[in-house]
Amino acid sequence: MRLLLRGRDIPDLHQLSVYQANGGYEALKRALAMQPAEVIDEVKASGLRGRGGAGFPAGVKWSFIPQNEPIKYVAVNADESETGTFKDREIMEDNPHQMIEGALICAWAIQATAVYIYLRGEFWDIGDLLEDCIAEAEAAGFAGKNILGSGWSCPVYTHLGAGAYICGEESAMLSSLEGVLGQPRVRPPFPAQKGGGLYKEATVVNNVETLTNVPWILSNGAAAFRAIGTEQSAGTKVFCVSGHVPRPGNYELPLGTPLRELLVDHAGCDPENIKAILPSGGSGPIVPGTDEVLDTPLSYEAMQDLGTILGSASIIVMDNTVDMTWVASKVTKFFTHESCGKCTPCREGTYWLDKVLDRILAGEGKPEDVQLIDNVAKNMAGTTLCALGDFAANPIIHTISNFPDDFNAHVQPKPEEEKPAASAPRRGRRRRASA
Amino acid sequence: MSLHDPRYKARIASHLAKYPDKRSAVMPLLYIAQEAYGWVSPKGVQEVAEICEMDPTQVKSIAGFYTMYSERTKGRYWLHVCTDLPCALNGAETFYRELQDYLGVEEGGTSEDGLFTVEHVMCLAACDKAPMLQCNFRYMESLDMEKMKAWIEERRAELEAAGQGQGA
Ligand SMILES: Cc1cc2nc3c(=O)[nH]c(=O)nc-3n(C[C@H](O)[C@H](O)[C@H](O)COP(=O)(O)O)c2cc1C
Ligand code: SF4
Ligand code: FES
Repeated sequence: MRLLLRGRDIPDLHQLSVYQANGGYEALKRALAMQPAEVIDEVKASGLRGRGGAGFPAGVKWSFIPQNEPIKYVAVNADESETGTFKDREIMEDNPHQMIEGALICAWAIQATAVYIYLRGEFWDIGDLLEDCIAEAEAAGFAGKNILGSGWSCPVYTHLGAGAYICGEESAMLSSLEGVLGQPRVRPPFPAQKGGGLYKEATVVNNVETLTNVPWILSNGAAAFRAIGTEQSAGTKVFCVSGHVPRPGNYELPLGTPLRELLVDHAGCDPENIKAILPSGGSGPIVPGTDEVLDTPLSYEAMQDLGTILGSASIIVMDNTVDMTWVASKVTKFFTHESCGKCTPCREGTYWLDKVLDRILAGEGKPEDVQLIDNVAKNMAGTTLCALGDFAANPIIHTISNFPDDFNAHVQPKPEEEKPAASAPRRGRRRRASA
Repeated sequence: MSLHDPRYKARIASHLAKYPDKRSAVMPLLYIAQEAYGWVSPKGVQEVAEICEMDPTQVKSIAGFYTMYSERTKGRYWLHVCTDLPCALNGAETFYRELQDYLGVEEGGTSEDGLFTVEHVMCLAACDKAPMLQCNFRYMESLDMEKMKAWIEERRAELEAAGQGQGA
């Protein structure tokens, strides 16, 4: 069942004529015939949750926007920088109009005055494609001035980031768009509130995949959307599967599909040879490849019960050969590199975690070092301005708790034997300047 | 090539028109400066600052915050090799080491012929096509060292031919 990756079934779907021949922009027409509040109610009723990581109900977020403000914005999060995530790229490359249409329906629902699409800089070619699509949509009266003769105008713009994971965090993204350093802001005020959004105006920030669901919901109704997935996790999800996988790639499946079905039936993994799984890229807690885990439905609620998160559903599979100390170090290097430097626990914590992990991997660690990094990570969690601080603590805390032997093997004194060989830590670490 | 060159006029104007605040055009203009000078040079920073009505030190700190702006000159081809976890699980670290050895460079270095600058980067949203890299921000996916060597030698031959054509 494909609501989003329709480009796989329909060639040239990125062309407006093809998109329209397949029902494109009918949902926008339908929305414009409704009151904005009715559109919000429909999206609320659908149970659509944010696909960017946090799973917040989209319609509820839209309803926070104050009605009487003259200027309001929609900011589309196309930063897609979480390790292991490559779904928004396929959606935008193959089905760009559906995302633009979704963003415009959201814009109508909150009566926005402009839409900004924030793309990671490496997606500049997708930016060019979107510019072409926007021009086509404007010429056809679906975007820009006086949309479909309604008297409502809403231009759609693209903006390129330039290589900073933190700009996927919504408040940092808005700062980056404004032309100040792309660092998270203190909240409240939240982006949806006056004072907290883009240029201090109320702003809805939604992920690409979230918004791409919206035309389908308007065309087919909230009930049809709810019929897919589970009670608390409606609709389909694009799962990005990577790592030790025979058939890596994007798989769009109903939420609630068991992990085993995704990894074994679709992606071709051998269930006996899965040591660990990162369900949400580098940022969510790691889980072991046990039967209990494999039989878990891929829904927000079931993944939470398991002690991890569905998040962006970028599922990284690691086979039995992988040393989890090396994984912890790899993921820590990511967060050390990407910490924006604004808060001390995150900036200093990631730096020390990285250093100690390098030492452990080099065979120079002591048993106390494992306890040390566990403590550093636990002290970071919950003390920082944005969730990156928590993300950075996860790989340490959860690899140690799930795979203690992998750490002990590096730090236990073994006088006669050689230390286990570790993958060489990478050279050359660049640190982002703190502001 | 200065940002005031007529060839950039329309592009700069279209970026400025997108935002209610000139300052917001700083990122797109830094890209244009990088294109014009080959890197984000002090002159480029100065010109962006003037157009966006910002302090040059602020523009410089923004250029330094993001990895895609280069504050130093580099080779003709910038190779950004992803060695993040999913790619590393599929041989990207070995691939990157072999590439460095083949070009005779360290992390961040430029090959002796001045053509190739290599750096490792974090996930580029192409994890199902590892090992992969971006060359001058264009995707090159599902690579191995044989393909890479052939590609490098093609670039070298291309340049040699062009050089001879010009009688250089
Ligand atoms: C460090 C960090 C990085 C993030 N990166 C992304 C990203 O690349 N793409 C994205 O859509 N959301 C990302 N998010 C989540 C956004 O802050 C925000 O919750 C999301 O864009 C909201 O859209 P949604 O409700 O449609 O998911 C990130 C959050 C954090 C804390
Ligand atoms: S937690 Fe880290 S990334 Fe987030 S604001 Fe603080 S320093 Fe920056
Ligand atoms: S890990 Fe290399 S592209 Fe994602």
